[in-house]
Amino acid sequence: MAGLKPGEINLGTTIMAVKFDGGVVVAADSRTSTGAYVANRVTDKLTKVNDRIYCCRSGSAADTQAVADIVSYHMDLYSSQHGERPTVKVAASLFQEICYQNKDNLSASIIVAGWDEQKGGSVFEIPRGGSLHQQEFAVGGSGSTYIYGFCDKTFRPGMNREECIEFVKNAVGLAITRDGHSGGVIRVAVITKDGVDREIVYGNALPPQYTG
Amino acid sequence: PNSGFKFDNVKRNQLLNDKGFMVPTATKTGTTIVGLLYKDGVVLGADTRATSGTIVADKNCRKIHYMAPNMYCCGAGTAADTDFTTEMISSQLALHSLNTGREARVVTAMTMLKQYLFRYQGHIGAALILGGYDVTGPHLFTIYPHGSTDKLPYVTMGSGSLAAMSVFESQWRPGLSRDEAVEMVKDAIESGIFNDLGSGSNVDVCVITKGDVEYIRGYSQPNQRVAKEQSYRFPAGTTEFIAPKTRTPAEEATAMDVSA
Repeated sequence: MAGLKPGEINLGTTIMAVKFDGGVVVAADSRTSTGAYVANRVTDKLTKVNDRIYCCRSGSAADTQAVADIVSYHMDLYSSQHGERPTVKVAASLFQEICYQNKDNLSASIIVAGWDEQKGGSVFEIPRGGSLHQQEFAVGGSGSTYIYGFCDKTFRPGMNREECIEFVKNAVGLAITRDGHSGGVIRVAVITKDGVDREIVYGNALPPQYTG
Repeated sequence: PNSGFKFDNVKRNQLLNDKGFMVPTATKTGTTIVGLLYKDGVVLGADTRATSGTIVADKNCRKIHYMAPNMYCCGAGTAADTDFTTEMISSQLALHSLNTGREARVVTAMTMLKQYLFRYQGHIGAALILGGYDVTGPHLFTIYPHGSTDKLPYVTMGSGSLAAMSVFESQWRPGLSRDEAVEMVKDAIESGIFNDLGSGSNVDVCVITKGDVEYIRGYSQPNQRVAKEQSYRFPAGTTEFIAPKTRTPAEEATAMDVSA
């Protein structure tokens, strides 16, 4: 597994995805850093792979952009060849193949989430080694370490759409407060069979938390 | 083409190094470059100092490179890398444009640049700000040496980027007029010129709007040399001589002829 090279743009990050009946909610912070400088304070780390599948990127900005572009291309090709959208599992599998076979040269930790006809909402996590894990919810990036406790305590299977949105906003908000590599705004996207609803939560509208 | 960087000369360079021959430092552009989206298009700006270590190699170099009739690219980092990378993709864009029968799009240039730089894993030290106006409107991108890109309304790169960004963060707002935008770019670059040692000399500006480009070389020149205080000319007769002898270049050539 490779780490970041000196001078490489770091996504830092807090990313998250939660499944609910009818789809998934994905969320991320918006900070990209080079060392101690914030290169982009309004980054969009929620990248479309197809109309109903998004990936959350963390690790190296260059590596994750390159991998997402390649998977996006394969998604288009699959749709053209099969005449239907690929499932989330297929997308996750493609991410896994690239991340695993190139593990020595990549620094990429990705969460793949979306909706498909077969299974409804699904969440898959692909950490740095290139393993694949299907989960009810997933958190990733440097900021995730600060919210495992909160997430494990708060999450319940069978939460509805609104509850999931509140959950991710709270979680990412807490991580941003504690992690220096996470910051900016919280980007949220809700993916269902009807499409994708995107939302931005600005600093002044964060869910309440103790700030001293 | 064979993929990847060629490291053939590494062993040779190591040998030379051990013998005492140091590798000459690549000319870096130090640099402050900026890009800014405004009401009708995009404004690019750059300083004009190129450095080789602590020496100024070029006091008035061009850092805003032509990519296509509707697209220009500022370059920071290793001067040779930015020059050649932009020229190469510019050439590919021209062919692409002829092939498709359409005006080149900024995202096309961005994709070509990022995929090229990613392939070289950061060894090509080109940090670029790409701006242009195509059928889909004005666009501004920033491209890092490792191949990542950001799409933003205002960007700065190079050693003077923090100084320039402080100007943008305090003044930028959406819907600026052309004059406001150009002034802001000038202020940002001057901030880099005066507060960053790697940047200096003049401000170059390039304004790209729908169907029109205005490249202003030397928009601001705040570092002109002052008039010399006195004449340092030696009066005729300062140097004494015994007997004058003149030779013309033609004679010189004959004298130097060493052919058999």
